[in-house]
Amino acid sequence: MFEYAPAPESRSIVDIAPSYGLFIDGEFGEAKDTFKTINPATEEVLTEVALAGPEDVDRAVAAARRAFTSWSARPGSERAKYLFRIARIIQERSRELAVLESLDNGKPIKESRDVDLPLVAAHFFYYAGWADKLKYAGFGPEPRPLGVAGQVIPWNFPMLMLAWKIAPALATGNTVVLKPAETTPLSALFFADVCRQAELPPGVVNIVTGAGDTGRYLVEHPDVNKVAFTGSTEVGRQIARSVAGTGKKLTLELGGKAANIVFDDAPIDQAVEGIVNGIFFNQGHVCCAGSRLLVQESIADELLSSLKRRMATLRVGDPLDKNTDIGAINSRAQLDKIVELSEIGGQEGAERWSPPCELPDRGFWFAPTIFTGVTQAHRIAREEIFGPVLSVLTFRTPAEAIEKANNTPYGLSAGIWSEKGSQILAVADKLRAGVVWANTFNKFDPTSPFGGYKESGYGREGGRQGLEAYLA
Amino acid sequence: MPESSTSARLAVRKTYKLYVGGKFPRSESGRTYLVDGDNVALASRKDARDAVLAARAAQPKWAGATAYNRGQVLYRIAEMVEARRAEFASLGVPAAEVDAAIDRWVWYAGWSDKIAQVAGNANPVAGPFFNISAPEPTGVVGVIAPSSLLGLVSVIAPAVVTGNTVVVVASNPQAAITLAEVLATSDVPGGVVNILTGKAAEIAPWLASHDDVNALDLSGVDDPELATELERAAAGTLKRVLRPTSGVDYTDDPGTAAMTALLEIKTVWHPKGF
Repeated sequence: MFEYAPAPESRSIVDIAPSYGLFIDGEFGEAKDTFKTINPATEEVLTEVALAGPEDVDRAVAAARRAFTSWSARPGSERAKYLFRIARIIQERSRELAVLESLDNGKPIKESRDVDLPLVAAHFFYYAGWADKLKYAGFGPEPRPLGVAGQVIPWNFPMLMLAWKIAPALATGNTVVLKPAETTPLSALFFADVCRQAELPPGVVNIVTGAGDTGRYLVEHPDVNKVAFTGSTEVGRQIARSVAGTGKKLTLELGGKAANIVFDDAPIDQAVEGIVNGIFFNQGHVCCAGSRLLVQESIADELLSSLKRRMATLRVGDPLDKNTDIGAINSRAQLDKIVELSEIGGQEGAERWSPPCELPDRGFWFAPTIFTGVTQAHRIAREEIFGPVLSVLTFRTPAEAIEKANNTPYGLSAGIWSEKGSQILAVADKLRAGVVWANTFNKFDPTSPFGGYKESGYGREGGRQGLEAYLA
Repeated sequence: MPESSTSARLAVRKTYKLYVGGKFPRSESGRTYLVDGDNVALASRKDARDAVLAARAAQPKWAGATAYNRGQVLYRIAEMVEARRAEFASLGVPAAEVDAAIDRWVWYAGWSDKIAQVAGNANPVAGPFFNISAPEPTGVVGVIAPSSLLGLVSVIAPAVVTGNTVVVVASNPQAAITLAEVLATSDVPGGVVNILTGKAAEIAPWLASHDDVNALDLSGVDDPELATELERAAAGTLKRVLRPTSGVDYTDDPGTAAMTALLEIKTVWHPKGF
């Protein structure tokens, strides 16, 4: 491995205030309680953030309700212009927001700069264009907004998930109360500032920071018409239960345990890159991560030795270093969960391997890890680890690969590696997953709908289909 | 209980049993209940589970049939109902409603090879990729059917035309089982439509909590408390739920929502290059 000199991105481009309030009705205001958000790479406190209680959520929903009347009555072309403005401001502040995201989340700057932020801007651009074309979207001649959308997003792609939620909601004429994740509230608060810069009317977007309870107040609020949640399947179930009987429209984007299937005719080097991208992108904090590698038995040894060679070149460390491939685990709690499941993997008889790799002394870190000799009964083959941990299983026939790939309650994504077109299409047809990447992995685009089958949730985000979640 | 009272001939009465896996079994519970003078099978939890098993077994092949083929099967159903107009009339279904039910089968038959073109599309992603989104059936659907024949057809047809299989809890047993006899003679593979007669409040919770049911259509649930309870139970495996909408007029244009609610969008990516 080449020794690279550190190439740290400067954090001076971001000015983080000592504290942040809640963004309600176009204003930042205090809340009774606060909590701290830290940089997971150093455990340094970044700032103090308001903890929204039930009254705060009430105020935010009331503001969104008041704003709904005029926002939904505006011509689509005007809503479009606001969204285009937001997209442009994000592009102009892209470097600042990328550094901020890496600080608060721990993801490598290479990813926040080249993946997250460009996709955020693109998402607003895409839905901006829909705002005045909704009657052509195929959801009836007079599609109507639902009202106030309560949106709860996760910590793995904080600003991108915000874009996936807010852009279609606003384009369709809804107003929003959004709760960012407890460990990554900052980019949503900076987005509030983007809204002010864009002179978005007060109340159209409200940001309430907090933990699980804040999210629960929001999704259970009686004056919310639409609930959109991205996060764990367990919380998704609770939300589906709490929404039952209320008539609120619900979309859920939940967990996954994607199979990445490599056939014996696959181009090995490309497949290895795809496997690495599939499980180590964003520290494996990806609901659609290719966390189960299914490799055809005849090429398993060759593929695994290539994969190990490649893993040894992954650079783990400072998220702000432009050379870094794998950044910090987002939180102590998440690290504990990854450690626990990995220990169980070993106890259950799978063979664990990580490349030699020095981890920083402070912060939350986990070396890229693969388990071989994994069976379908192992917990590491069944449960979402949400970390840089790959379980390797083998198969002999395409039918066996399909059977194993589908043998999970999840159904978010899957990968296929093969040079044979007819095989790719036949397997893609049979995989029960909402996104299938063939000879590629972890590709995202605002025009391309994303979402799961089975217990990975329902509804789609992105694309024309993504509008449906916000229309009556 | 239609009987020919004008003739001296003693009528041969029909026994109304369940329709599961293409066969007409009695309820395993041995129970019946009296509806308009007929002893009708009263389905149990075990019957519901058997029906789910039959629906699951039939689903891959039905979904794998060509859309053209499924369309022809649905059209054949229309032909067979047409031939039984008198029987449905004798069960008290108004002639106009039988007509509408027939026409609904024809309408949905035509959708089989078009819904994917309307609900799916190519996506112009910003990169050298082929990217296409197409709908697929969600799988096994539990249906609590409305009581009218037209309502019953209006919930079964959109589910099966796209490749789902269904377990239906019907509240109009004689018409529903007569429809089952139509299905059994219309080239509908056994298990694609399964019809249980009995009490929705008794059977539906087992469908709502069943791990191998993908979606739940509550169109026929009149009791809001039961609907809420079922929706809550369905959350256990994150089933797709079609909530009851009050005041539906089944003679209206059904639109595509009943079909798309039971479809999953799958998006496939592949690089382009030399």
